[in-house]
Amino acid sequence: MTGFVAVLAATEDIPTPDVDWSAIAPNLILMLGGILLLTVVSVVRGRLPGWFHAVWTISVATAAIVAVVPLWQRVQDSGPESVLAGALVLDGFSLVVTATICVSVILAALLLEAYLRRERLGGPEWYVLMLLSASGGVTMATANDLVVVFIGLEILSVAVYVLAAMHRRRVSSQEAGLKYFVLGAFSSAFLLYGIALTYGATGSTNLSRIQAFLADTVITQNALLLGGLAFMLVGFGFKVAVVPFHNWKPDVYQGSPTPVTAFMATAVTAAAFAALLRVYVTTFGPTYRTEWQPLVAALTVLTLVVGAFLAISQTNVKRMLAYSSINHAGFVLLGVLAASAAGDAATLFYLVAYTFMAAGSFAVVAVVGRRGDGHHDLSDYQGLSRSRPGLALVFTILLLSQAGVPLTAGFLAKFYVLAAAVESGYTWLAVLAMLTAVVSAFMYLRIVVTMYFAEPEGEPRRPRIPAAAGLAMGLCVVGVLVIGIVPGPLSDVANDAVSQLVAVGR
Amino acid sequence: MLLNQFLLLAAVLFCVGVYGVIVRKNGVLVLMSVELILNAVNINLIAFSTLWGLAGQVFALFVIAVAAAEVGVGLAIVILIYRNKRSIDIDELDELKG
Amino acid sequence: MSNPLSAFLRDYLTVGIFASLAFVLVGLLLFISWLVRPDRRQAQKYIAYESGVDPVGDMWSQSQVRYYIFALLFVMFDVEAVFIFPWATQLEVFGFFGLIEMTIFIVILLLGLVYAWRKGVLRWV
Repeated sequence: MTGFVAVLAATEDIPTPDVDWSAIAPNLILMLGGILLLTVVSVVRGRLPGWFHAVWTISVATAAIVAVVPLWQRVQDSGPESVLAGALVLDGFSLVVTATICVSVILAALLLEAYLRRERLGGPEWYVLMLLSASGGVTMATANDLVVVFIGLEILSVAVYVLAAMHRRRVSSQEAGLKYFVLGAFSSAFLLYGIALTYGATGSTNLSRIQAFLADTVITQNALLLGGLAFMLVGFGFKVAVVPFHNWKPDVYQGSPTPVTAFMATAVTAAAFAALLRVYVTTFGPTYRTEWQPLVAALTVLTLVVGAFLAISQTNVKRMLAYSSINHAGFVLLGVLAASAAGDAATLFYLVAYTFMAAGSFAVVAVVGRRGDGHHDLSDYQGLSRSRPGLALVFTILLLSQAGVPLTAGFLAKFYVLAAAVESGYTWLAVLAMLTAVVSAFMYLRIVVTMYFAEPEGEPRRPRIPAAAGLAMGLCVVGVLVIGIVPGPLSDVANDAVSQLVAVGR
Repeated sequence: MLLNQFLLLAAVLFCVGVYGVIVRKNGVLVLMSVELILNAVNINLIAFSTLWGLAGQVFALFVIAVAAAEVGVGLAIVILIYRNKRSIDIDELDELKG
Repeated sequence: MSNPLSAFLRDYLTVGIFASLAFVLVGLLLFISWLVRPDRRQAQKYIAYESGVDPVGDMWSQSQVRYYIFALLFVMFDVEAVFIFPWATQLEVFGFFGLIEMTIFIVILLLGLVYAWRKGVLRWV
């Protein structure tokens, strides 16, 4: 025994990292919450009330948000730091994205509760997968190492592949799952190839070390690095669905169970953009900005234009929202493209605002979809203002916010992004973005007009609004209006968060 | 230096994998093509780790584990679809269009 | 012969010699048994041997889907061993830290197994 201890003491070759448990608390809470729910429910199966899973999930996500608050204070007081031997970074940006992901978990869990009850599906697996996926998203947002980005991305995506295909009786759900899986795996492979090339060119996967290496060294033969950057851009591009890597999005959004679509549109997008921003703006921004900015500018143009114009020609509301989310992705990309502190703050603001807009809109879609989740045609919205005036009003507010009407969150989100783009010298792109916003406003107004002025064929249906879904919608509308009318607190937080966005060395 | 040969091999493997994903219609073969790409990445990582030290090899282990998880999920979805549609031809999936 | 390439290739030469030796050996054994065995042809001898029972059905038979779940469980746990082996070879170096980390890792895996067990996946029906 003493010999064993002596051996332990003698061979301290490999440095073991200090584990700062408090710094990774939000992520741990989400992950443990998911794993515990899975185990506990499977062991005591059948003896828990039906609402237990949703309440558990919401409590876990709330606890994670609560855990973010002291960390935020810590970052504000003592500045950003890297934890777990430089694998993760603790800064304002990652914390705000973490909170955003948790909010979208809460909203999606509320929707899911109502949805599963209506579709007579059940089981803790939906919630478990959502919590685990959220923990992957948080891992991505806090990653300070390309390996960690990749692992977070996979935890996030693999869970969502399953969620998309979880509706056992709808073939379209499984089709969506398979399509998402094939393209997701394909895009992860591209990202991975890019990471491998970047590792080959810089000798590290740690983002701070890559940044330091590039600042110190002038690489004469940078083909490897440029290849790596391009491949990673393709990988991220698939994940956030920028044109021309967007083809999966309408199909997957339409086919997936609507609460899952809401989760994808909010949490997955936020996490993927957070990682994109950290890799491109923070790590490669100082040295390689001139190389990637033209590429991203081209992608932004395509994304804005294609998203807006294809949305008009749709008749399925879920698909319309999918295309409009492509247009929104173009706006977020504009903030990334700015590659400045203002751009980062605008990106963050947009992601938070879009979380409320998208989750609320898909909540309405889930309710109108009725039993079977199949009534998503524009004609299903005819006469909604008479059969369900409240629902129509909620949808109108959310759609106007998505269109960017003043006094809503969407207006300010678009405004900040455009301002950041102009500041960084992309005035022409800002003008183009505004034009596409007008085009997509036409699409949103088309839905509103259908709800208020179109005569329904036959008796208008009154979709049932379950309490949980109603609560989610209420939260979203309040969020959209509060951010729109009193944007100060959120924009302060976004600005504070971004000033902390530095990749920290060990 | 043998590094270039390895990189070339990885690039060829990567291209074969991408070709497979695009051209193949059978769901399982698409999965296998994705595996090819991931293995191309592994070759790259191991080759680069001769330059830069062990980190690449450790990363390759993670890639292997993640690839197994991915394929597990992918096969499960393929089987689910086979049960419903009696086919794993990806091109026959046409519920979603617009 | 200071070229590193030739040193690298020399390592493969060993493999090549070993492989060709294996082929020669198997070929030799087959050749000897062909030389000494009696040769009486009968129709029955050309039927595929299936534990003494006459073969039934097609060569291609679909295996049941439930094998898939076992295969999946196997692959999962098999691949996770990838992380355990490097730790096991460097057990002393990682010390208590490694022990705690690996315990967490294995506990999470076991929780997955508990779930599979409670789902009835492990029961053969």
